[in-house]
Amino acid sequence: MIREITLGQYYQADSVIHKLDPRVKLVATICFIISLFVVNNWFGYVVAAIFLAIVIKLSKVPFKFMIKGMKAIVFILMITVVFNLFLTPGEALVSVWKLTITKEGARIAVMMAIRLSFLIIGSSVMTLTTTPNSLTDGMEKLMNPLKAVKVPVHEVAMMMSIALRFIPILLEETDKIMKAQIARGADFESGNLVKKAKAMVPLLVPLFISAFRRANDLAMAMEARCYRGGDHRTKMKPLKYRRRDGIAYLVLVCYLAVCVSMNFVI
Amino acid sequence: MSLILDHVNYIYGDDTALAVHALKDVNLVIPDGQFIGLIGHTGSGKSTLVQHLNGLIKPTSGSIYFNGEDIHASDYDKKKLRSKVGLVFQYPEHQLFEIDVFTDVCFGPKNLGLSKQETELRAYAALKQVGLEDEYFYQSPFDLSGGQKRRVAIAGVLAMKPDILVLDEPTAGLDPKGRDEILDQIAKLKEETGITVILVSHSMEDVAKYVERIIVMNKGSVLYDDVPKEVFKHYKELEQVGLAAPQVTYIMQALREKGLPVATDVTTIEEAKQEILKGIKL
Repeated sequence: MIREITLGQYYQADSVIHKLDPRVKLVATICFIISLFVVNNWFGYVVAAIFLAIVIKLSKVPFKFMIKGMKAIVFILMITVVFNLFLTPGEALVSVWKLTITKEGARIAVMMAIRLSFLIIGSSVMTLTTTPNSLTDGMEKLMNPLKAVKVPVHEVAMMMSIALRFIPILLEETDKIMKAQIARGADFESGNLVKKAKAMVPLLVPLFISAFRRANDLAMAMEARCYRGGDHRTKMKPLKYRRRDGIAYLVLVCYLAVCVSMNFVI
Repeated sequence: MSLILDHVNYIYGDDTALAVHALKDVNLVIPDGQFIGLIGHTGSGKSTLVQHLNGLIKPTSGSIYFNGEDIHASDYDKKKLRSKVGLVFQYPEHQLFEIDVFTDVCFGPKNLGLSKQETELRAYAALKQVGLEDEYFYQSPFDLSGGQKRRVAIAGVLAMKPDILVLDEPTAGLDPKGRDEILDQIAKLKEETGITVILVSHSMEDVAKYVERIIVMNKGSVLYDDVPKEVFKHYKELEQVGLAAPQVTYIMQALREKGLPVATDVTTIEEAKQEILKGIKL
Protein backbone atom coordinates (compact mmCIF):
# COMPACT_ATOMS: atom_id res chain seq x y z
CA MET A 1 0.00 0.00 0.00
CA ILE A 2 2.63 2.50 1.03
CA ARG A 3 5.20 1.26 -1.44
CA GLU A 4 3.50 3.22 -4.18
CA ILE A 5 4.76 6.53 -2.81
CA THR A 6 7.95 7.21 -4.73
CA LEU A 7 10.22 9.91 -3.40
CA GLY A 8 13.66 8.74 -4.27
CA GLN A 9 12.16 7.61 -7.54
CA TYR A 10 15.28 6.30 -9.26
CA TYR A 11 14.48 4.05 -12.22
CA GLN A 12 17.24 1.62 -13.01
CA ALA A 13 18.23 1.32 -16.64
CA ASP A 14 21.40 1.21 -18.70
CA SER A 15 21.44 4.40 -20.74
CA VAL A 16 23.71 7.29 -21.70
CA ILE A 17 21.70 9.64 -19.52
CA HIS A 18 22.10 7.35 -16.52
CA LYS A 19 25.85 7.25 -17.02
CA LEU A 20 26.31 11.02 -17.24
CA ASP A 21 28.06 12.80 -14.41
CA PRO A 22 25.46 14.04 -11.90
CA ARG A 23 26.95 17.54 -12.21
CA VAL A 24 26.11 17.58 -15.90
CA LYS A 25 22.56 16.54 -15.18
CA LEU A 26 22.13 19.13 -12.44
CA VAL A 27 23.48 21.94 -14.60
CA ALA A 28 21.45 20.75 -17.59
CA THR A 29 18.25 20.65 -15.57
CA ILE A 30 18.79 24.16 -14.27
CA CYS A 31 19.61 25.40 -17.79
CA PHE A 32 16.56 23.65 -19.20
CA ILE A 33 14.32 25.31 -16.64
CA ILE A 34 15.86 28.69 -17.35
CA SER A 35 15.41 28.14 -21.08
CA LEU A 36 11.70 27.54 -20.52
CA PHE A 37 11.39 31.01 -19.06
CA VAL A 38 13.65 32.72 -21.58
CA VAL A 39 11.70 31.51 -24.57
CA ASN A 40 8.84 33.76 -25.60
CA ASN A 41 7.33 32.18 -28.69
CA TRP A 42 6.03 28.86 -29.96
CA PHE A 43 9.16 27.97 -31.92
CA GLY A 44 11.14 28.01 -28.69
CA TYR A 45 8.74 25.55 -27.09
CA VAL A 46 8.95 23.27 -30.11
CA VAL A 47 12.74 23.23 -29.69
CA ALA A 48 12.38 22.54 -25.94
CA ALA A 49 9.88 19.75 -26.64
CA ILE A 50 12.18 18.12 -29.19
CA PHE A 51 15.14 18.38 -26.81
CA LEU A 52 13.11 16.88 -23.96
CA ALA A 53 11.76 14.10 -26.18
CA ILE A 54 15.25 13.11 -27.31
CA VAL A 55 16.53 13.08 -23.74
CA ILE A 56 13.60 10.94 -22.58
CA LYS A 57 14.13 8.56 -25.48
CA LEU A 58 17.84 8.28 -24.62
CA SER A 59 17.12 7.71 -20.92
CA LYS A 60 15.18 4.48 -21.62
CA VAL A 61 12.77 5.34 -18.83
CA PRO A 62 9.13 4.58 -19.74
CA PHE A 63 7.19 7.78 -20.31
CA LYS A 64 4.50 6.85 -17.78
CA PHE A 65 7.01 7.34 -14.96
CA MET A 66 7.48 10.97 -16.01
CA ILE A 67 3.73 11.46 -15.97
CA LYS A 68 3.56 10.18 -12.37
CA GLY A 69 5.31 13.32 -11.20
CA MET A 70 2.71 15.42 -13.02
CA LYS A 71 -0.11 14.14 -10.82
CA ALA A 72 1.22 16.14 -7.89
CA ILE A 73 0.97 19.45 -9.70
CA VAL A 74 -2.33 18.97 -11.55
CA PHE A 75 -4.08 21.19 -9.03
CA ILE A 76 -1.53 24.02 -9.26
CA LEU A 77 -1.57 23.70 -13.03
CA MET A 78 -5.37 24.06 -13.13
CA ILE A 79 -5.34 27.17 -10.92
CA THR A 80 -2.63 28.79 -13.02
CA VAL A 81 -4.42 28.07 -16.26
CA VAL A 82 -7.83 29.21 -15.03
CA PHE A 83 -6.56 32.45 -13.51
CA ASN A 84 -4.50 33.37 -16.53
CA LEU A 85 -7.33 32.46 -18.86
CA PHE A 86 -9.93 34.70 -17.24
CA LEU A 87 -7.99 37.48 -15.58
CA THR A 88 -5.67 38.67 -18.34
CA PRO A 89 -6.93 41.92 -19.85
CA GLY A 90 -6.93 42.25 -23.64
CA GLU A 91 -8.88 41.51 -26.78
CA ALA A 92 -12.00 39.47 -25.98
CA LEU A 93 -12.20 36.06 -27.58
CA VAL A 94 -15.24 34.46 -25.96
CA SER A 95 -17.49 36.02 -23.36
CA VAL A 96 -19.89 34.06 -21.19
CA TRP A 97 -21.80 35.86 -18.43
CA LYS A 98 -19.17 37.90 -16.52
CA LEU A 99 -16.23 35.76 -17.60
CA THR A 100 -14.23 36.80 -20.57
CA ILE A 101 -11.50 34.82 -22.23
CA THR A 102 -9.04 37.12 -23.94
CA LYS A 103 -6.65 36.28 -26.73
CA GLU A 104 -3.69 37.23 -24.56
CA GLY A 105 -5.13 35.23 -21.66
CA ALA A 106 -5.41 32.08 -23.75
CA ARG A 107 -1.86 32.53 -24.99
CA ILE A 108 -0.40 33.00 -21.52
CA ALA A 109 -2.47 30.15 -20.07
CA VAL A 110 -1.25 27.67 -22.66
CA MET A 111 2.35 28.88 -22.27
CA MET A 112 2.16 28.54 -18.51
CA ALA A 113 0.76 25.03 -18.78
CA ILE A 114 3.58 24.03 -21.14
CA ARG A 115 6.21 25.65 -18.95
CA LEU A 116 5.03 23.96 -15.77
CA SER A 117 4.63 20.51 -17.29
CA PHE A 118 8.01 20.69 -19.07
CA LEU A 119 9.58 21.86 -15.84
CA ILE A 120 8.22 18.88 -13.92
CA ILE A 121 9.00 16.36 -16.64
CA GLY A 122 12.49 17.82 -17.05
CA SER A 123 13.33 17.51 -13.39
CA SER A 124 11.73 14.05 -13.29
CA VAL A 125 14.20 12.96 -15.95
CA MET A 126 16.99 13.98 -13.61
CA THR A 127 15.63 12.27 -10.49
CA LEU A 128 14.64 9.15 -12.43
CA THR A 129 18.08 8.69 -13.96
CA THR A 130 20.28 9.69 -11.03
CA THR A 131 20.49 7.89 -7.71
CA PRO A 132 19.89 10.21 -4.77
CA ASN A 133 23.43 9.54 -3.58
CA SER A 134 25.17 10.62 -6.76
CA LEU A 135 22.84 13.60 -6.87
CA THR A 136 24.06 14.83 -3.48
CA ASP A 137 27.61 14.03 -4.54
CA GLY A 138 27.13 16.24 -7.58
CA MET A 139 25.62 19.02 -5.49
CA GLU A 140 28.49 18.89 -3.04
CA LYS A 141 30.99 19.21 -5.84
CA LEU A 142 29.08 22.02 -7.56
CA MET A 143 28.71 24.01 -4.34
CA ASN A 144 32.34 23.50 -3.37
CA PRO A 145 33.33 27.12 -4.14
CA LEU A 146 30.88 28.22 -1.43
CA LYS A 147 33.28 26.77 1.15
CA ALA A 148 35.30 29.93 0.75
CA VAL A 149 32.46 31.87 2.36
CA LYS A 150 32.18 29.36 5.22
CA VAL A 151 29.16 27.43 3.97
CA PRO A 152 29.34 23.91 5.47
CA VAL A 153 28.93 22.28 2.06
CA HIS A 154 30.08 18.81 3.04
CA GLU A 155 27.91 18.68 6.15
CA VAL A 156 24.84 19.82 4.24
CA ALA A 157 25.48 17.22 1.54
CA MET A 158 26.00 14.53 4.16
CA MET A 159 22.76 15.43 5.91
CA MET A 160 20.94 15.34 2.60
CA SER A 161 22.24 11.94 1.64
CA ILE A 162 21.45 10.52 5.08
CA ALA A 163 17.93 11.96 4.90
CA LEU A 164 17.46 10.51 1.43
CA ARG A 165 18.86 7.19 2.55
CA PHE A 166 16.38 7.06 5.40
CA ILE A 167 13.28 7.70 3.30
CA PRO A 168 12.94 4.15 1.94
CA ILE A 169 13.92 2.67 5.30
CA LEU A 170 11.29 4.63 7.14
CA LEU A 171 8.70 3.91 4.45
CA GLU A 172 9.38 0.22 4.84
CA GLU A 173 9.20 0.55 8.61
CA THR A 174 5.90 2.41 8.33
CA ASP A 175 4.54 -0.31 6.10
CA LYS A 176 5.61 -2.98 8.56
CA ILE A 177 4.22 -1.28 11.66
CA MET A 178 1.01 -0.45 9.81
CA LYS A 179 0.55 -4.08 8.87
CA ALA A 180 1.37 -5.25 12.39
CA GLN A 181 -1.25 -2.90 13.86
CA ILE A 182 -3.80 -3.87 11.20
CA ALA A 183 -3.16 -7.47 12.21
CA ARG A 184 -4.13 -6.38 15.74
CA GLY A 185 -7.39 -4.96 14.43
CA ALA A 186 -6.32 -1.33 13.97
CA ASP A 187 -8.28 0.68 11.43
CA PHE A 188 -6.49 3.49 9.61
CA GLU A 189 -9.10 4.21 6.99
CA SER A 190 -12.62 4.69 8.34
CA GLY A 191 -14.00 7.37 10.67
CA ASN A 192 -13.86 11.16 10.74
CA LEU A 193 -10.75 13.32 10.91
CA VAL A 194 -10.39 13.20 14.70
CA LYS A 195 -10.78 9.43 14.74
CA LYS A 196 -8.29 9.05 11.92
CA ALA A 197 -5.76 11.25 13.71
CA LYS A 198 -6.17 9.18 16.87
CA ALA A 199 -5.71 6.00 14.85
CA MET A 200 -2.27 7.29 13.82
CA VAL A 201 -0.90 7.08 17.39
CA PRO A 202 -0.18 3.33 17.24
CA LEU A 203 1.69 3.99 14.01
CA LEU A 204 3.58 7.17 14.88
CA VAL A 205 4.86 6.24 18.34
CA PRO A 206 6.69 3.09 17.18
CA LEU A 207 7.84 4.90 14.06
CA PHE A 208 9.43 7.76 16.01
CA ILE A 209 11.05 5.36 18.43
CA SER A 210 12.52 3.38 15.57
CA ALA A 211 13.70 6.53 13.77
CA PHE A 212 15.52 7.71 16.89
CA ARG A 213 16.99 4.28 17.46
CA ARG A 214 18.27 4.14 13.89
CA ALA A 215 19.68 7.67 14.05
CA ASN A 216 21.44 6.80 17.27
CA ASP A 217 22.89 3.60 15.80
CA LEU A 218 24.06 5.43 12.70
CA ALA A 219 25.72 8.20 14.70
CA MET A 220 27.47 5.60 16.80
CA ALA A 221 28.64 3.68 13.73
CA MET A 222 29.96 6.88 12.15
CA GLU A 223 31.84 7.87 15.29
CA ALA A 224 33.24 4.36 15.59
CA ARG A 225 34.74 4.90 12.15
CA CYS A 226 36.19 8.25 13.21
CA TYR A 227 33.93 10.48 11.14
CA ARG A 228 35.04 14.07 11.64
CA GLY A 229 33.21 16.00 8.97
CA GLY A 230 34.49 17.09 5.60
CA ASP A 231 38.07 18.21 6.21
CA HIS A 232 40.68 16.22 4.30
CA ARG A 233 38.09 13.62 3.41
CA THR A 234 38.65 11.71 0.18
CA LYS A 235 36.08 9.80 -1.80
CA MET A 236 36.02 6.18 -2.84
CA LYS A 237 34.45 7.11 -6.15
CA PRO A 238 35.44 10.69 -6.92
CA LEU A 239 33.41 12.35 -9.65
CA LYS A 240 35.39 12.59 -12.85
CA TYR A 241 34.33 14.18 -16.13
CA ARG A 242 34.53 11.84 -19.11
CA ARG A 243 34.24 12.45 -22.80
CA ARG A 244 30.48 11.96 -22.87
CA ASP A 245 30.11 14.64 -20.20
CA GLY A 246 31.99 17.10 -22.39
CA ILE A 247 29.76 16.22 -25.31
CA ALA A 248 26.71 16.67 -23.10
CA TYR A 249 27.85 20.17 -22.10
CA LEU A 250 28.40 20.96 -25.77
CA VAL A 251 24.89 19.76 -26.67
CA LEU A 252 23.53 21.83 -23.81
CA VAL A 253 25.25 25.00 -25.05
CA CYS A 254 23.92 24.33 -28.56
CA TYR A 255 20.43 23.85 -27.18
CA LEU A 256 20.58 27.11 -25.22
CA ALA A 257 21.90 28.95 -28.28
CA VAL A 258 19.08 27.63 -30.44
CA CYS A 259 16.52 28.51 -27.78
CA VAL A 260 17.73 32.07 -27.44
CA SER A 261 18.01 32.53 -31.18
CA MET A 262 14.39 31.44 -31.53
CA ASN A 263 13.44 34.59 -29.64
CA PHE A 264 14.71 36.65 -32.59
CA VAL A 265 13.10 34.57 -35.34
CA ILE A 266 9.96 36.65 -35.37
CA MET B 1 -12.03 -24.45 10.65
CA SER B 2 -9.32 -24.57 8.09
CA LEU B 3 -7.29 -22.38 5.81
CA ILE B 4 -6.84 -23.28 2.17
CA LEU B 5 -4.47 -21.64 -0.29
CA ASP B 6 -5.34 -22.36 -3.88
CA HIS B 7 -2.78 -21.63 -6.62
CA VAL B 8 -1.55 -18.48 -4.90
CA ASN B 9 0.90 -16.30 -6.82
CA TYR B 10 2.32 -13.00 -5.69
CA ILE B 11 4.49 -10.56 -7.60
CA TYR B 12 6.08 -7.50 -6.00
CA GLY B 13 6.23 -4.37 -8.16
CA ASP B 14 4.17 -5.94 -10.91
CA ASP B 15 4.40 -3.06 -13.37
CA THR B 16 8.05 -2.08 -12.91
CA ALA B 17 11.29 -3.44 -14.27
CA LEU B 18 12.09 -4.75 -10.79
CA ALA B 19 9.18 -7.19 -10.54
CA VAL B 20 9.89 -10.04 -8.15
CA HIS B 21 7.90 -13.23 -8.29
CA ALA B 22 7.69 -13.81 -4.53
CA LEU B 23 5.21 -16.69 -4.49
CA LYS B 24 4.81 -19.24 -7.24
CA ASP B 25 1.71 -21.43 -7.34
CA VAL B 26 1.44 -22.16 -3.63
CA ASN B 27 -1.18 -24.74 -2.67
CA LEU B 28 -1.63 -25.51 1.02
CA VAL B 29 -4.27 -26.90 3.34
CA ILE B 30 -3.93 -25.94 6.97
CA PRO B 31 -6.35 -28.00 9.08
CA ASP B 32 -7.35 -27.33 12.66
CA GLY B 33 -4.99 -27.82 15.54
CA GLN B 34 -1.78 -28.58 13.70
CA PHE B 35 1.64 -27.38 14.81
CA ILE B 36 3.37 -26.41 11.61
CA GLY B 37 6.89 -25.23 10.90
CA LEU B 38 7.31 -23.00 7.85
CA ILE B 39 10.94 -23.01 6.86
CA GLY B 40 12.93 -21.28 4.18
CA HIS B 41 16.10 -19.39 3.48
CA THR B 42 16.08 -15.56 3.56
CA GLY B 43 14.04 -14.36 0.59
CA SER B 44 12.27 -17.66 0.03
CA GLY B 45 8.89 -15.99 0.37
CA LYS B 46 7.90 -17.17 3.83
CA SER B 47 7.13 -13.71 5.21
CA THR B 48 5.17 -12.88 2.08
CA LEU B 49 3.23 -16.11 2.48
CA VAL B 50 2.23 -15.49 6.08
CA GLN B 51 0.96 -12.01 5.22
CA HIS B 52 -1.44 -13.66 2.80
CA LEU B 53 -2.91 -15.79 5.58
CA ASN B 54 -4.75 -12.91 7.25
CA GLY B 55 -5.43 -10.90 4.12
CA LEU B 56 -2.76 -8.21 4.56
CA ILE B 57 -1.55 -8.93 1.04
CA LYS B 58 -3.88 -9.81 -1.79
CA PRO B 59 -2.50 -12.53 -4.06
CA THR B 60 -1.74 -11.46 -7.62
CA SER B 61 -3.64 -14.57 -8.68
CA GLY B 62 -5.20 -17.48 -6.83
CA SER B 63 -7.53 -17.58 -3.84
CA ILE B 64 -7.44 -18.13 -0.10
CA TYR B 65 -10.34 -19.71 1.78
CA PHE B 66 -10.92 -19.51 5.53
CA ASN B 67 -13.63 -21.92 6.69
CA GLY B 68 -14.77 -22.30 3.13
CA GLU B 69 -15.16 -18.57 2.43
CA ASP B 70 -13.01 -16.60 0.00
CA ILE B 71 -11.27 -13.97 2.16
CA HIS B 72 -10.98 -11.52 -0.74
CA ALA B 73 -14.69 -11.59 -1.56
CA SER B 74 -16.00 -8.02 -1.45
CA ASP B 75 -18.37 -8.60 1.48
CA TYR B 76 -15.91 -10.58 3.61
CA ASP B 77 -15.22 -9.15 7.07
CA LYS B 78 -11.42 -8.78 7.10
CA LYS B 79 -11.34 -7.50 10.64
CA LYS B 80 -12.93 -10.69 11.90
CA LEU B 81 -10.46 -12.73 9.86
CA ARG B 82 -7.57 -10.87 11.46
CA SER B 83 -8.83 -11.70 14.93
CA LYS B 84 -9.13 -15.37 13.92
CA VAL B 85 -5.74 -15.57 12.20
CA GLY B 86 -3.35 -13.87 14.62
CA LEU B 87 -0.11 -12.78 12.98
CA VAL B 88 2.96 -11.95 15.04
CA PHE B 89 5.49 -10.14 12.87
CA GLN B 90 9.26 -10.33 13.00
CA TYR B 91 10.61 -8.22 15.86
CA PRO B 92 7.07 -7.65 17.14
CA GLU B 93 8.38 -5.58 20.04
CA HIS B 94 8.83 -2.71 17.56
CA GLN B 95 5.07 -2.24 17.40
CA LEU B 96 4.55 -1.54 21.11
CA PHE B 97 3.30 1.99 21.73
CA GLU B 98 1.13 2.30 24.82
CA ILE B 99 2.04 3.82 28.18
CA ASP B 100 2.02 0.49 29.98
CA VAL B 101 2.18 -3.19 29.14
CA PHE B 102 -1.40 -3.96 30.06
CA THR B 103 -2.92 -1.17 27.97
CA ASP B 104 -0.85 -2.25 25.01
CA VAL B 105 -2.12 -5.81 25.16
CA CYS B 106 -5.67 -4.41 25.42
CA PHE B 107 -5.27 -2.73 22.01
CA GLY B 108 -6.21 -5.81 19.98
CA PRO B 109 -9.34 -6.92 21.84
CA LYS B 110 -10.46 -3.28 22.16
CA ASN B 111 -10.32 -2.96 18.38
CA LEU B 112 -12.64 -5.95 18.14
CA GLY B 113 -15.27 -3.90 19.94
CA LEU B 114 -15.38 -6.02 23.09
CA SER B 115 -16.57 -4.68 26.44
CA LYS B 116 -14.01 -3.21 28.84
CA GLN B 117 -14.33 -6.15 31.18
CA GLU B 118 -13.91 -8.75 28.44
CA THR B 119 -10.96 -6.82 27.01
CA GLU B 120 -9.16 -6.74 30.32
CA LEU B 121 -9.90 -10.38 31.08
CA ARG B 122 -8.43 -11.38 27.74
CA ALA B 123 -5.37 -9.16 28.17
CA TYR B 124 -4.73 -10.62 31.60
CA ALA B 125 -5.14 -14.19 30.34
CA ALA B 126 -2.86 -13.51 27.36
CA LEU B 127 -0.11 -12.05 29.54
CA LYS B 128 -0.35 -15.08 31.78
CA GLN B 129 -0.16 -17.37 28.74
CA VAL B 130 3.16 -15.88 27.70
CA GLY B 131 4.42 -16.18 31.25
CA LEU B 132 4.87 -12.53 32.17
CA GLU B 133 4.79 -11.80 35.91
CA ASP B 134 2.22 -9.38 37.35
CA GLU B 135 4.86 -6.92 38.50
CA TYR B 136 5.53 -5.85 34.91
CA PHE B 137 1.90 -5.18 33.96
CA TYR B 138 1.96 -1.47 34.74
CA GLN B 139 5.47 -0.70 33.57
CA SER B 140 6.23 1.07 30.33
CA PRO B 141 6.81 -1.56 27.62
CA PHE B 142 9.98 0.32 26.67
CA ASP B 143 11.57 -0.40 30.05
CA LEU B 144 11.40 -4.17 29.64
CA SER B 145 14.14 -6.47 28.37
CA GLY B 146 14.14 -7.70 24.78
CA GLY B 147 12.68 -11.08 25.62
CA GLN B 148 9.98 -9.57 27.82
CA LYS B 149 9.02 -7.04 25.16
CA ARG B 150 8.60 -9.84 22.69
CA ARG B 151 6.31 -11.73 25.07
CA VAL B 152 4.20 -8.65 25.52
CA ALA B 153 3.91 -8.27 21.75
CA ILE B 154 2.91 -11.91 21.34
CA ALA B 155 0.37 -11.48 24.15
CA GLY B 156 -1.04 -8.52 22.20
CA VAL B 157 -1.98 -10.89 19.39
CA LEU B 158 -3.04 -13.74 21.68
CA ALA B 159 -5.49 -11.44 23.45
CA MET B 160 -7.62 -11.50 20.30
CA LYS B 161 -8.09 -15.25 20.85
CA PRO B 162 -7.05 -16.39 17.39
CA ASP B 163 -7.83 -19.87 16.05
CA ILE B 164 -4.61 -19.81 14.09
CA LEU B 165 -1.48 -18.22 15.50
CA VAL B 166 1.25 -17.37 13.00
CA LEU B 167 4.64 -16.38 14.38
CA ASP B 168 7.18 -14.94 11.95
CA GLU B 169 10.66 -15.72 13.31
CA PRO B 170 9.67 -15.34 16.96
CA THR B 171 13.20 -16.12 18.13
CA ALA B 172 15.15 -13.72 15.88
CA GLY B 173 17.71 -11.73 17.83
CA LEU B 174 17.21 -13.59 21.11
CA ASP B 175 19.94 -15.41 23.01
CA PRO B 176 19.69 -19.23 23.24
CA LYS B 177 17.99 -19.06 26.62
CA GLY B 178 15.43 -16.52 25.48
CA ARG B 179 14.86 -18.57 22.34
CA ASP B 180 14.15 -21.77 24.24
CA GLU B 181 11.88 -19.97 26.67
CA ILE B 182 9.76 -18.46 23.91
CA LEU B 183 9.54 -21.73 21.97
CA ASP B 184 8.66 -23.74 25.09
CA GLN B 185 6.02 -21.17 25.95
CA ILE B 186 4.51 -21.47 22.47
CA ALA B 187 4.52 -25.28 22.67
CA LYS B 188 2.81 -25.12 26.05
CA LEU B 189 0.25 -22.69 24.72
CA LYS B 190 -0.46 -24.99 21.79
CA GLU B 191 -0.99 -27.90 24.16
CA GLU B 192 -3.31 -26.00 26.47
CA THR B 193 -5.51 -24.28 23.94
CA GLY B 194 -5.32 -26.62 20.95
CA ILE B 195 -5.07 -23.74 18.46
CA THR B 196 -3.26 -24.09 15.15
CA VAL B 197 0.27 -22.71 15.33
CA ILE B 198 2.43 -21.85 12.34
CA LEU B 199 6.04 -21.21 13.30
CA VAL B 200 8.12 -19.45 10.66
CA SER B 201 11.85 -19.97 10.93
CA HIS B 202 15.01 -20.44 8.93
CA SER B 203 16.39 -22.87 11.46
CA MET B 204 15.41 -26.54 11.37
CA GLU B 205 16.94 -26.93 14.80
CA ASP B 206 14.37 -24.58 16.31
CA VAL B 207 11.30 -26.21 14.92
CA ALA B 208 12.26 -29.90 14.72
CA LYS B 209 11.61 -30.40 18.42
CA TYR B 210 8.09 -29.01 18.38
CA VAL B 211 6.25 -29.27 15.11
CA GLU B 212 4.33 -32.14 13.55
CA ARG B 213 4.53 -30.88 9.98
CA ILE B 214 7.17 -28.96 8.09
CA ILE B 215 6.64 -26.84 5.01
CA VAL B 216 9.88 -25.96 3.23
CA MET B 217 9.84 -22.91 0.96
CA ASN B 218 12.41 -22.27 -1.73
CA LYS B 219 12.39 -19.33 -4.17
CA GLY B 220 8.69 -18.76 -3.68
CA SER B 221 7.41 -22.30 -4.08
CA VAL B 222 6.74 -25.14 -1.68
CA LEU B 223 9.61 -27.61 -1.87
CA TYR B 224 8.54 -30.15 0.78
CA ASP B 225 5.41 -30.45 2.87
CA ASP B 226 5.54 -33.44 5.18
CA VAL B 227 6.19 -34.73 8.70
CA PRO B 228 9.67 -33.76 9.99
CA LYS B 229 11.13 -37.27 9.64
CA GLU B 230 10.31 -37.38 5.95
CA VAL B 231 11.54 -33.85 5.28
CA PHE B 232 14.89 -34.47 6.97
CA LYS B 233 15.51 -37.49 4.78
CA HIS B 234 16.16 -34.92 2.07
CA TYR B 235 18.96 -33.33 4.06
CA LYS B 236 21.25 -33.20 1.05
CA GLU B 237 18.69 -31.31 -1.02
CA LEU B 238 17.99 -29.04 1.95
CA GLU B 239 21.64 -28.06 2.05
CA GLN B 240 21.47 -27.07 -1.59
CA VAL B 241 18.75 -24.53 -0.85
CA GLY B 242 20.72 -23.03 2.05
CA LEU B 243 19.04 -24.96 4.85
CA ALA B 244 20.22 -27.82 6.99
CA ALA B 245 18.68 -30.73 8.84
CA PRO B 246 19.07 -30.73 12.64
CA GLN B 247 22.52 -31.71 13.83
CA VAL B 248 21.26 -35.03 15.27
CA THR B 249 20.37 -36.12 11.74
CA TYR B 250 24.00 -35.67 10.72
CA ILE B 251 25.30 -37.45 13.81
CA MET B 252 23.02 -40.43 13.26
CA GLN B 253 23.99 -40.54 9.62
CA ALA B 254 27.69 -40.56 10.56
CA LEU B 255 27.18 -43.24 13.24
CA ARG B 256 25.42 -45.45 10.76
CA GLU B 257 28.21 -45.05 8.24
CA LYS B 258 30.63 -46.13 10.96
CA GLY B 259 28.60 -49.30 11.43
CA LEU B 260 26.35 -48.57 14.41
CA PRO B 261 22.88 -49.92 13.61
CA VAL B 262 20.77 -46.82 14.34
CA ALA B 263 17.76 -45.34 12.60
CA THR B 264 18.70 -42.11 10.85
CA ASP B 265 15.30 -40.45 10.81
CA VAL B 266 15.28 -39.11 14.37
CA THR B 267 14.57 -35.44 14.87
CA THR B 268 15.24 -34.66 18.52
CA ILE B 269 18.14 -35.22 20.88
CA GLU B 270 15.95 -37.36 23.14
CA GLU B 271 15.06 -39.73 20.31
CA ALA B 272 18.67 -39.86 19.22
CA LYS B 273 19.74 -40.84 22.72
CA GLN B 274 17.25 -43.73 22.79
CA GLU B 275 18.39 -44.90 19.36
CA ILE B 276 22.07 -44.81 20.26
CA LEU B 277 21.52 -46.67 23.53
CA LYS B 278 19.51 -49.26 21.65
CA GLY B 279 22.26 -49.56 19.02
CA ILE B 280 25.01 -50.01 21.61
CA LYS B 281 23.10 -52.72 23.50
CA LEU B 282 22.68 -54.84 20.39
